[in-house]
Order: sequence, then C-alpha cells, then structure tokens
Amino acid sequence: MSTRLYQRRKLTNAVGLTLSSAAMALGLIGLLWILWTLFYNGFAALDLNFFTKSTPAPGTAGGGMANAILGSLMIVGFATLVSTPIGILAGIYLAEYGKTSKFAAATRFVTDIMLSAPSIVVGLFVFALAVATVKHFSGWAGSLALALIAIPVVVRTTENMLNLVPGSLREAAFALGAPRWKVSLAVTLRAVRGGVVTGVLLAIARMIGETAPLLFTALNNQFFSANMSQPMANLPVVIYNFAMSPYPDWQQLAWGGAALIALIVLAINIVARVVFRDKVQA
Amino acid sequence: MDAIAARTAPSPLPKLESTIQVRDLDFYYGKFQGLKKVSMDVAKHKVTAFIGPSGCGKSTLLRTFNRMFDLYPGQRAEGQIVFGGKNILEKDQDVNMLRAKVGMVFQKPTPFPMTIFENIAFGVRLYENLTPRQMDERVEWSLRKAALWTEVKDKLQQSGLSLSGGQQQRLCIARMVAVKPEVLLLDEPTSALDPISTAKVEELVNELKADYTIAIVTHNMQQAARISDFTAYMYLGELIEFGETNQIFIKPTKKATEDYITGRFG
Repeated sequence: MSTRLYQRRKLTNAVGLTLSSAAMALGLIGLLWILWTLFYNGFAALDLNFFTKSTPAPGTAGGGMANAILGSLMIVGFATLVSTPIGILAGIYLAEYGKTSKFAAATRFVTDIMLSAPSIVVGLFVFALAVATVKHFSGWAGSLALALIAIPVVVRTTENMLNLVPGSLREAAFALGAPRWKVSLAVTLRAVRGGVVTGVLLAIARMIGETAPLLFTALNNQFFSANMSQPMANLPVVIYNFAMSPYPDWQQLAWGGAALIALIVLAINIVARVVFRDKVQA
Repeated sequence: MDAIAARTAPSPLPKLESTIQVRDLDFYYGKFQGLKKVSMDVAKHKVTAFIGPSGCGKSTLLRTFNRMFDLYPGQRAEGQIVFGGKNILEKDQDVNMLRAKVGMVFQKPTPFPMTIFENIAFGVRLYENLTPRQMDERVEWSLRKAALWTEVKDKLQQSGLSLSGGQQQRLCIARMVAVKPEVLLLDEPTSALDPISTAKVEELVNELKADYTIAIVTHNMQQAARISDFTAYMYLGELIEFGETNQIFIKPTKKATEDYITGRFG
C-alpha cells in the first residue's frame, strides 16, 4: 500500500467535500436570506386587519388584504378545479392509451413547451381570448390563464407517476377481465394517487405566485368582491402594485402579502413531501 | 419427419374430458417465433404443469390461454385454442369475458392498492351485481377457498399491501377464484414465496382442482411432480413431451426430457 497515494486520495476527498458543501451552503443561504427578509418585513403586517380589511384607498392608512386573499383563493381554486381533471385525464391517456402513438408524442411535445412557456405569454393569450373580446378584465379570465399554466404540470406528473406502476399490477387487473378504463382509474391511478396529488399541489403552489398572467386578466379590484365576472383583487398583483407605490403603509402590506404567499407555498411543499411521501403503492 | 409428426400430434388423453384444446399454435414476438406448432389438450379438473428452461415458451403458452399477449402490440398468435367450443384466438372473441373465465395468478404477488375486501370485490363487480350481503358471502367464500379466511377475517378493511408475500399471493388466488372462472392459470406462483407459503399454495392447488381446470408454469421440478397430473416439457418454443406426470418423471420417452428432469441440462 502506497502511503503517498492514500494521502493524496484523502486530500482529494477533503477538497471535493469542501467544494460541494460550500455550493450547498451558498444555495441554502440564498433561500434562507429570502425567507428571513420576507418574514422580518412581512410578519409585522400580518395582523387581524390584514385578513379582515380590504385594500386601502390611495393615501389612507390601515386596511388589509382580505379582498386579495379571497380573490387569489377563488381564482386559484377554480383554476385547480378545471386543470386537475383535464391534467389527470390527459396524463392517463398518455400513459395508458396513447403510449408511443404519434398523437401521444405530439401531445407530450406540446405539453413540454407549455411547461416552459413564459407565463406572460399565457397572460397575453388569455387577454386576447377572454378579455379583449368582452372588453373587461375578469376573475374567470385569471382562472383560465392559471389553468393553462397548471395543466401541463399535472399532465406530466400524472404520466410520470403512472409510468412507475409495475406492468405486473396492470396485467393482474386485466387478467380479471377488467376493461382498460377500469384498470386505469381503479387500479393504476389509485396506486399512484399520492404522487398525482403531489403534482396537483405543486401546480397550486406554482399558480398562487404567478403575477404576469393575472396582470392581463384578473387585474385588480380595490373592493371586496366575489364576482368572478368582474376584475378581481389577488395577492400577486396587489403585491406588485403596492410594492411599487410611494406609500409606506402600502409597502408594508405588500411585504405581508409576499410573506403570506411564501408561507402558503412552503406549507404546500412540506405537505406534498411529508404526507404523500410514498408515491407508488404497489 | 416422423419425429416431428409425433411431437406435434395432439397428445391423446384417453377417457378424459379436456377444457382447452390447442392445435398448431404458433406465437410471435414481432419477428421472433416464441411457440412452434404446439398442440395439446388441457384436461378438465386436473393440474397440468409446464416445465422447461427459461425462455422455452411455457409462460408464453400460458399467456395465450387468456390472450394476455393482446396487451402488447407486436405479439400475435396463430393456430387454434379451443375453449368452450370456440377458437378464442378469433378476432370477435371478447377478451374481457374470456379473462373472467380464465383467471391468472402471476409470479410476483400483485395485490391492488385497496382493502383486502375491495381486492376481491373489484373483480366480482365487473360481471355481477351482488347485494352487499351476497358480496360479503362471496368474499368469505373465496377467501376460504384460498385458505386465507382465518388469517384475514378480522382485517378485511386493511390494505391488501399490508399482508405478507405468501398471504398476498393467496389473496390473488382468492381474487381470481371469486370471479368464478373455469380455468386457473398459475405462472410460477410460488417462485417469490418462502417454503411454508409455497407448501400452502401447493396444498391449495390440490384442493382447487376438484372444481377448476388448472395450468401451472413452474421452474421447480419437484413441484411439478408433487402437484400435477399431467406434465408438458417444452424447449425452444416446442412441446417436446407431454403426458401423465408419473410417466414423464419416471419413464420419459424422449432423451431431452430425461436430461432436463435429471438435471443434466437446463
């Protein structure tokens, strides 16, 4: 055994370990810094008024984000209701029916493009489709834009999850005489429900912070409104407007909103990781 | 020529009714021919074992009986498999119906991700409308048939995945039996099980053959000798020898069969 060779190997190991730890620390510091800044500035704003009062008129003190919180919940909620079934069904089609067919390959390609499409493009598209045509902004248009962003996320996670189901489980269900749709819905989809729910949660996390698509669609509303046919307040756009405003009160509210969104996204990610850890049950 | 003729001629099963008659069956995986002119009868309410080295086509043959190969484009069978007076390889055969009558259990236990009760009810509901009470009875009946009832009767609402490997495999057998098929296809059902579970499954096969026609693929020669009435030895896609298990194991007519059984080959 060559001592020199061994020493050199130990040194290389130490250097490699140090470099990779430093890289990890750098990434972690960035994340913690963002979170700390958000919560340091934001928590002060998260009082009762924040959740019960609507956004204040220019120059007035006080107020809260109640209208924006409700708007965000409704817009994201409806977008989730639309995108979840479409995304899951399309994912089932790709994994169980289409497989290697040309139509499936084309769908997969388009989905991948949609996954990486800039969200502002989606916003402009829905603006042309559902805002310019009716001549006013609306919560529905916001939901539509967010759904378009969420669908590809759900499609791909559903397909990827279904592809993890062992062929033997599928065969076992077919062997009982079950038709394909029954096998897909009752057995394979069920086997990966944890993973599919995770995909939906991550899509929600993505939607809740999207600003650009809502700027062109739901816009904003100073008042408390649950009318999806009218312009609607929502957290990202209010944060965007208030953060750019000259009023310290508004800036404070914007910090609060940003902290709230960060908390929601963090919570969703933790739930997705912890509760649905077993992605495949088979 | 004579040797081939003898090999491909339907093996006579005197005085025995047969459930499945295979005639000149060819099977293709794309261009590769997996079965070559196989002809044989599967006797009613008997156990027929298929033995042979890996890749000899025994599982392939078994999977033609319920047209499992239909799931994979590029795989096709030619020839005749007569079951219930009909060639099931014909296009108009309803494969789901066929699979309800010809059940199958696989090498690896494959419980569905649902409760033990639902694992069994799933298949039954596909073709029968039972009242909740009748369903309870059917579940108990099939679990008793699979010798699993006493072990799971208090935890029917637990996940099927919570059972041990041997119990899972018996659950799969119960699930298959619950649909009330005529034929049971067992594709190496014990190769993933420990000796005790294996013994239980073998015992089960012995009891089930009173009511069902059973075809089993096994790599375990002793198992074939223990539980089967008839044995088919296959090699490279051909049925080399087929006859009563005693005769195959004690006095095989072909040298190739003898070599395989005695462990000189394979």
